[in-house]
Amino acid sequence: MPRSSFFSQVFPDSNAYICCMKILLVEDQKELQNTVVASLEKEGFVIETADDYYGAIDKIGVYKYDCILLDIMLPGGSGLDLLNQLKEQGQSNNVIIISAKDSLDDKLKGLDLGADDYLTKPFHIAELNARVKAVLRRNKFKGKTTIELGNTVLDFEERLFFVKDENIPLNRKEFDILNYFLLNKNRLVTKTALAEHVWGDDIDQADNFDFIYSQIKNIRKKLQTAGAEIEIEAVYGIGYKLTEK
Amino acid sequence: MKLINRTILYLSGFLLLAISIWSVVFYLSIIDEIKDSIDDGLEDKKERIIYEVRHGGSDMLSVKDLSKRFFSIEKIEGEYNSKNRYLDTLVPLEDIEDEKIEHELEAVRMLVSHFKYKEQGYKLVVVNLMVEEDDLMEAAFWDIFWLYLILMACIIIIDNLVLRKLWKPFYSFLEQLKKFKLGHSVFPKTKTKTREFQDLQKAMNILLRHSTEAYEQQKQFIGNASHEMQTPLAVTINKLELLIEEGDLKPPQAEHIAAVMDVIGQLVKLNKSLLLLTKIENKQFLDNQQVSVNEILRECKDNLQEIAAYKQVDITLDNQDEISVQMDISLTRILISNLIRNAIFYNITDGKVEVKVEKNVLRICNTGVDTALDAEKIFDRFYKLGQSQKGTGLGLSIVQAICKLYNFSLSYSFKNKLHCFELEFNQN
Repeated sequence: MPRSSFFSQVFPDSNAYICCMKILLVEDQKELQNTVVASLEKEGFVIETADDYYGAIDKIGVYKYDCILLDIMLPGGSGLDLLNQLKEQGQSNNVIIISAKDSLDDKLKGLDLGADDYLTKPFHIAELNARVKAVLRRNKFKGKTTIELGNTVLDFEERLFFVKDENIPLNRKEFDILNYFLLNKNRLVTKTALAEHVWGDDIDQADNFDFIYSQIKNIRKKLQTAGAEIEIEAVYGIGYKLTEK
Repeated sequence: MKLINRTILYLSGFLLLAISIWSVVFYLSIIDEIKDSIDDGLEDKKERIIYEVRHGGSDMLSVKDLSKRFFSIEKIEGEYNSKNRYLDTLVPLEDIEDEKIEHELEAVRMLVSHFKYKEQGYKLVVVNLMVEEDDLMEAAFWDIFWLYLILMACIIIIDNLVLRKLWKPFYSFLEQLKKFKLGHSVFPKTKTKTREFQDLQKAMNILLRHSTEAYEQQKQFIGNASHEMQTPLAVTINKLELLIEEGDLKPPQAEHIAAVMDVIGQLVKLNKSLLLLTKIENKQFLDNQQVSVNEILRECKDNLQEIAAYKQVDITLDNQDEISVQMDISLTRILISNLIRNAIFYNITDGKVEVKVEKNVLRICNTGVDTALDAEKIFDRFYKLGQSQKGTGLGLSIVQAICKLYNFSLSYSFKNKLHCFELEFNQN
């Protein structure tokens, strides 16, 4: 598989296989459904939705989805029952549970039934993107461990970053930040989303996220010195966006 | 004072009073009875003497000395009184001891009466030995004293055997009640045939059930309310993120949106904190495993180093001993990270955070405001110092809830201008 195939499959602008990435969103809250659909469509995925348990049963009976976003509390039944059914079909490993309940019990049950991930509401769009892509990578592009953009390559397995085939040393957090940005190419990554992803889902964050700025500054400097064809732009002081030059 | 001892005390007091009154009454009535009986004897003797005098015993009229034959007769002139007079008095009586005759004063009952013989009035005095009241009283006192002691001994024995047995269900119930904690489903229960104790148990359990229900409802309400807010919050955040992504915003509009996102962010954290508290209190973290506190500390320090650097706060970690505890690892992370975050955020520029592990104690000290915090209030929910408006005010409440869950002791002190939190990991 050529180096760029992962990106050509996952990112919209490398249009080759994107039509084939089909995602099912099972969520009863209409507005949340709309926003998730709008966001994932920007990534070029094809998305179908189901509002309740039976709607979801119908859909999964007909089509094999590449990724399923599943709410646990559904009108008509439990998402866990649905997951059970998916497991019987051998399809539960591409499921991301989206739940308002951050319950260890549900989480363990869900992961036990083969779900790939568990995302608690409320979540950031950037986080959802990253998780969906991780599922696709694990299940659809096995063996692929790099993300490429412009003249840069990020190997998340070896935790290495190359610009023009030259290794650029990054510390753990710089690497995580860059990885997150690359998974959310051209998308807004808010400071909050970044802080939660890289510094952990802290419970009592009693300050602003200004400290992130100095981290971004360091990365920008490294990218610039190495002559990378990507850059990180600030977006209205709310967050950042990674783009190809 | 224990109920049994109080019972004994009261009983002994009342018994003493009752026995004292009773003994006086008893003594008086006995004395009265004795006198009655002696008086009858004296009366009889008097009649006999008068009879003998009248039937030829006129020599008896010359008995003047009371001490020999226990009576005396003397002539009287003038006034004649046919009434009998009884008196208690002391008279010298003959006492033969070792074949010697001695006179000794003895307590006697004396009957003084008048009679006529051949137109001449005589005064007849008859005496009989009386019990000595002193002796009687002393004997009676000792008898009563022994009676009292025996009664008390009986009461103590009965108290200990019977009352202790009777009150046993009560004490067992009380002991369970002391150990009862809200949120536990096991109510105090003890077997008893005593109506009062059964009633007490019923009344108590109704009360406990009500409290538990109210407590559960409150917990459930917080949990449910927080859950119900998660989806609307998700919609709001995601919509705003999409709106920003659309671009084409003027800087003032973007600023407004940024402000709204900021507030929503706080709301999300508040909500998560409340949910976490509810979960801790509901004991929904059961994934206990052996966790190295030192490991978590290193991890936490590494995680927070950028934030500390930005705040210009220096963190030092002094691992003198290794602490390993049996607990949920995510709770350990929250516990330690909340304490260290707290120490960083409520710090001053160029301040420091000193973390020290010694024996089974974790000590986190930081520079900060110059005065001690209110140790009573800092662990309360929503307690905030005036200056900090961004925190949820739940960070330390969460720390405390975790400590309670695992029985760790947590304390705050202010020494040498350092705010210190001390956490003792008591492993049971």
